[in-house]
Amino acid sequence: MTFMEIQKILINKTVGIAGCGGLGSNCAVALARVGVGTLIIADFDKIEESNLNRQYYFYDQIGLPKSETLKGNIKRINPKVNVINHQVFLDEKNVPVIFKDCDIIVEAFDKSEAKEMIIKTVSKVFPDKYLVCGIGMAGWGQNEIIKEQRFGKLIICGDGINEISENNPPLAPRVGIVSNMQANIVLELLLKNN
Amino acid sequence: MQITLNNKIEVFPNETLTIKEILELKKFTYPKLIVKLNDVIIEKEDFDSTFVKEGDNLMILHLLAGG
Repeated sequence: MTFMEIQKILINKTVGIAGCGGLGSNCAVALARVGVGTLIIADFDKIEESNLNRQYYFYDQIGLPKSETLKGNIKRINPKVNVINHQVFLDEKNVPVIFKDCDIIVEAFDKSEAKEMIIKTVSKVFPDKYLVCGIGMAGWGQNEIIKEQRFGKLIICGDGINEISENNPPLAPRVGIVSNMQANIVLELLLKNN
Repeated sequence: MQITLNNKIEVFPNETLTIKEILELKKFTYPKLIVKLNDVIIEKEDFDSTFVKEGDNLMILHLLAGG
């Protein structure tokens, strides 16, 4: 397929991104660059200086709300993308409303409770939608253990081992790899059967 | 019994096992887990009353923080 043919398919697709941190901001930017028509992004948080070691924001954006700022950054990269942002704390009540029209949902939270919430909610409310999650990406090195696992409509990217901690922080390279792996799976699924 | 555990074939000498027993046998010790049996989420409180049998497809995921 040529890039023009790819864009023609992607323009009519909608992807939901739950969380605009390390995974979400980088995954959204990758999907915007290739031309996904609509991105629905959501996060309750504001940008902190400590986020800049991996998240797609700039120093002069510290203190600003993530979802709205990410929308602005995406628009600067590809103004043709329709970005719908929600500055909210996602839970089992609003996930079914916010991501209702998405072809695919990307899980991009940092807290494991939030990951659990969206896996359970999507599996219950949207059993036919793909959910692409990121689990295990803290630290550095160990490229060879980062992988994808598929369980029906639930797809997991990451090493499944490295949880964040004081001495094993999330950093740009590995978080970037996993978020782009998520974007790569989304692209594969969107272009399949077209 | 032979089951699929995390996309790999796994053989146990038992005819049936609860999810709790499989977690112990396979050393899934991490407190935060998500379990799907034949594509259905099983809640934690049902781990010791849900039986896994021949041919079942079991997913056990550690939910690690980070993103």
